[in-house]
Amino acid sequence: MNSGILTVSYLIASALFIMALAGLSHQESARRGNLYGMIGMGLALVVTVFGVVTANHGLLLVGLAAGGVIGWVLAKRVEMTQMPELVAILHSLVGLAAVLVGWANALKHPTDMSDIELKIHAGETAIGILIGAMTVSGSVCAYLKLSGKVGGRALMLPGRHLFNLGLLLGAIFFTIDYINTDSVMALVVVTVLALIFGIHMVLAIGGADMPVVVSMLNSYSGWAAAAMGFMLGNDLLIVIGALVGASGAILSHIMCKAMNRKFLSVIFGGFGTTSTGGGDSGPAGSADDIKPIDAQETADMLLHAKEVMILPGYGMAVAQAQHTVYEITRRLREKGVNVRFGIHPVAGRMPGHMNVLLAEAKVPYDIVYEMDEINADFPKVDVSVVIGANDIVNPAAQEVPDSPIAGMPVLEPWKGKTTIVLKRGMSSGYAGVDNPLFYKDNTRMLFGDAKASVEAVLRCLGD
Amino acid sequence: MLIGVPREIEEGEKRVALTPEVATHLQSLGFRLAIEHNAGAAASYDDDQYRAVGVEVFEDPRDLWRQSDIILKVRPPREHPELGFYGVELLHPGQTLISFMYPAMNQELLADLSARGVTALAMDSVPRISRAQKMDALSSMANIAGYRAVVEAAQHFGRFFTGQITAAGRIPPAKVLVIGAGVAGLAAIGAAKSMGAIVRAFDTRPEVKEQVESMDAEFLMLDFEGEDGNGTGGYAKVMSAEFIAAEMALFREQAKEVDIIITTALIPGKQAPELITEDMVASMKPGSVIVDLAAETGGNCRLTRANEVVTAHGVTLIGYTNLPSRLAAQASQLYATNLRHLLTDLCPEKNGKLNVNMDDEVIRGATVVKEGNITWPPPAPRISVAPKEDMGEKARAALETPAEEKKPSAFASLIPMLLAAAALFGLGAVAPAAFMGHLTVFVLSCFIGYMVIWGVSHSLHTPLMSVTNAISSIIVIGALIQISSDSPLVTGLATLAVFITSINIVGGFAVTARMLRMFRK
Repeated sequence: MNSGILTVSYLIASALFIMALAGLSHQESARRGNLYGMIGMGLALVVTVFGVVTANHGLLLVGLAAGGVIGWVLAKRVEMTQMPELVAILHSLVGLAAVLVGWANALKHPTDMSDIELKIHAGETAIGILIGAMTVSGSVCAYLKLSGKVGGRALMLPGRHLFNLGLLLGAIFFTIDYINTDSVMALVVVTVLALIFGIHMVLAIGGADMPVVVSMLNSYSGWAAAAMGFMLGNDLLIVIGALVGASGAILSHIMCKAMNRKFLSVIFGGFGTTSTGGGDSGPAGSADDIKPIDAQETADMLLHAKEVMILPGYGMAVAQAQHTVYEITRRLREKGVNVRFGIHPVAGRMPGHMNVLLAEAKVPYDIVYEMDEINADFPKVDVSVVIGANDIVNPAAQEVPDSPIAGMPVLEPWKGKTTIVLKRGMSSGYAGVDNPLFYKDNTRMLFGDAKASVEAVLRCLGD
Repeated sequence: MLIGVPREIEEGEKRVALTPEVATHLQSLGFRLAIEHNAGAAASYDDDQYRAVGVEVFEDPRDLWRQSDIILKVRPPREHPELGFYGVELLHPGQTLISFMYPAMNQELLADLSARGVTALAMDSVPRISRAQKMDALSSMANIAGYRAVVEAAQHFGRFFTGQITAAGRIPPAKVLVIGAGVAGLAAIGAAKSMGAIVRAFDTRPEVKEQVESMDAEFLMLDFEGEDGNGTGGYAKVMSAEFIAAEMALFREQAKEVDIIITTALIPGKQAPELITEDMVASMKPGSVIVDLAAETGGNCRLTRANEVVTAHGVTLIGYTNLPSRLAAQASQLYATNLRHLLTDLCPEKNGKLNVNMDDEVIRGATVVKEGNITWPPPAPRISVAPKEDMGEKARAALETPAEEKKPSAFASLIPMLLAAAALFGLGAVAPAAFMGHLTVFVLSCFIGYMVIWGVSHSLHTPLMSVTNAISSIIVIGALIQISSDSPLVTGLATLAVFITSINIVGGFAVTARMLRMFRK
C-alpha cells in the first residue's frame, strides 16, 4: 500500500474522530457520533495492518482478539454506578500502552536521523513515557480510591510540595541526561519518577475532587498519545492526542469552576478532607429548627404541587434509589405535575455521571436540566426534593464568606416554596461543612435511608 | 388520659377543637377521647362520625369538664348561656386546659385557673418560631381569615374579580389593595389573585416585598428612608409620625383607584391603627368594599362596626370579627391539627401521659398556668427574624467586594500567550522541518478540540470521557508500526500494547454505545 493512501486514510480517520466528538453535542446525534468513532478506528486499524505491518500477524491477531473480548465483557458487565472506576482503569491502559510503545521505540531507534533529529526524538520519547507513566499510576490510584479499596481521604505528606518539586527537577534532569547520553538507565529513572509522581498526585487529592482527577487523567492519556505521535512522526496520533487532551482539560476546567476551585490547588491542595476547614465547621443552626416530615406528608405535598424539582446527588446512586425515583416521577407526571431534575456539574463522581445514572433509570433526558439552566426557575418551584446531595445545595457557599465552599456555585432550592431533604442523619458532606439549608423555614427533613424513604413515598402516592 | 372536647358556646362560633381525622392521630398517642353531644355539628362533623372512630359522646358538658384530664377548646371558657355554668369552677388539680386564652386581656381567667390548681396552655401564646409553626394556631386562623375576607368582599362587590372580553363588551379586572402582608394578608393576596383580580399590597416591613412579589402581586413601595417596621415575634411595630404621613398619602392615592381594600394591620395588645380615614372612604368608587380584619380592636377604618356590614359613602364596610368560624370545617381541621402537634410534643413517649416540660421553649411559651402557678408572661423570645437577614446582606457584600478587585488587566492575560509565542519561535529556530510540521498539526488540533468539546452537552460528559478513552487508544497504531520488528523484546512490548489498547478500544466504544442507548426522551 503506498504512503499516499495511508495518509489519506489517516486524514479520513481524523475527520471521523472529530465528527464523533462533535456528535456528542446533542443526544440525537450522539449515537451516530459514536458510530463515526468506530468507523474511524476500524479504518485506521485496517490500513495500518495491511499497509505497515510486515511480520508477526499471528501475534497481532491474538493480541487484538484477546483484548477485544476482555473489553467487550468489561463494557457489558459494568454497573453504571461503577463507570468512574471503569473509566479510570481504561485511562491507565492508555497510559500503559504509551509507556510500552515508548519503550519499544527507545530500544530500537530509527537509524536514518540527523543529530538534532535524534535529540528531539529522544526528548519526545522521554516525554511520552513520562506522561504515560504518570497516567498509569495515577489512574490505578484513582481506580483504587473510587472503588473504595483505598480510603477517600487525602494523603498529606509533610513537605509534599518540596517532594513534588524534587520529582519534577529529577525528571527534567534525567530527561536531559537521556537526550544527551541515550542511556537506558536514565529512561528507567524517568519512568519510575513519573510513576511515583502519579501515585502521590492522586493520593493527595480528596474524595470531593475525584471528578477533577478523572477528567485530568483523561487529559493526560490524550497528551501521552500526542507525544507518541510526535515520537513516531504520525499525524493521526497527534491529532487524536490533542483532541483528547483538550477534551480532558476542558472537563477539568468545568469541574473546577463548578467547585470554585483553582486547578493547581486541586492538584496540590488536598481539598476534600475535614482538616482544611478554615471556616466554622460547627452546626449552622439550632437542632430545634429542624422540621421532620414523614413519607405520607411528602407524598401529599408532591401530589399537590405543580412544579417539582428533584436534585439528586451521588448518595442517590449509592443507595440505588434512582429507579424508584423515576417511578415516583412517572406517577407524578401522569397526574400532571411538572417534575424536573436539576443536576449540579459535580454531582456524582465524574463529569456527567448523574445524567448517565438517571438515563439508566429511564428518566427522559429532556426533563434533566443543568444547574445554570434551572437555578433561575426555583422561585416558581413548589417542592424541591434533595436526594443524597449535600454540598451542592449548601447556601453557605453564598451566605458565609469564610466557609470552605464559599463562592462555589450551588443549586438554590431554598428560593422555592418548600424543600424536602432526604437524609440518613445530620452529618455533613464531603467538604465537612454543615448545611444551613436544613435549618431554613421552608425546609423539611425526611430522615432515613434514601432507598427506603423513596419507596415509602412511592407507596404513599398510591396508584 | 381522657381528652374532652366541649361544644363552643359563643354565639356564631361554629368551630370545634377536634375532628374525627385528628382523633385517630391522638388515639395513636395513647389518649382516650370524648366530645360533648353535637360539639362538631356546626362544623359539619356529626356525632356518628366521631363515634365511628371511637370517640365517646357525653350528653352533659359538666360531666365532660369534670372527668376529662385534658380539655381542648377553641375559645376561652365563659358562662354557659343555658346551663349557667362557667366550666373552670368544675376543674380540679391535675387537669389541663388548652385553648385560645389571650392572657394579656384575660387576667381574671388566669387567676381563676390558678385558683383551681390546673395547668393551662394558651394556643395564642405558642412562640412564633420556626419549629412551632406546625402548632401556630394564630397563623392557621389568620390564613383562613385572609381567604375568607376575599370571599366576603366578593359577596358584597357587585362585579367580577377577573377581567374578561365578552361579546357584550370588555370587563376590567377588579383592583384589590391588601394592607399588611402578614399571614392573613398573604392569604388574601393569594385568594384575590386566583380569582383574577389585580392585587397590590403594602406592608411596613420591606422584607416581605419578595413574598408579595412571589405571589404575582405588586408591592407598593413607600418613598421613605431608614425605618424598618419589624417588631418582635414577627409582628410589625408602631411607626414614626413622618412614616405614617407618607403611608397615609399612599393610601389616599390608592383609595381613589382600587375597588376593594382589605386591611389586616394589627399590633398585639393595642388599638388597631387607623389607616383608612373617612375622606378616603368617601373618595372610593361607589360599590367598593372594605374588609377590615382589625374590626375587633377598633378597626383600621373607624367607620367599621365589629360583626356588622355597614354602608358609608356608597362603600360597603365588612367588620366580621370571626372570619375563621365562617369557614368552620376548614378552621376546625387546621386548629385540631395544631392541637395535635402540640399534644405530640407534650407527649413525647406516646403513652397517653402529658409531660409539660418547661425547658422546652415552645411548651414554656404556651403554658400560662402550671399546676396553679401563673407562668405568664414567658421570658422574652430568643430571636427576631431581622438579624439573620442582616447576616445575609453582609455576607453578600463581602462576597461581592473581592470579586471587583480581581479584574485582570488585558495585558496580564496576554503574558502567557506572548511567552508561548516566544517559546515557539525559539523552537522553530532550531527544530527540523518535519518536527515543525507535526507541531502545526498538534497546535491546530488542540484548537479544534477546544472548539468541539465546548459544544458537548454537559449531560453527555461521561460518554464523552469513555469515547475519548476509546479513541485515545489510537496509540495502537504506534504498536502496530513496531510489531514487525526483528527484535523479540520490541515485538513483545508491541504485542502487549496491542492487547491492552484493544481492551480499551472495544471496551470504550461498547460502553459508550451502551450508555447512549439509555438516553431517551
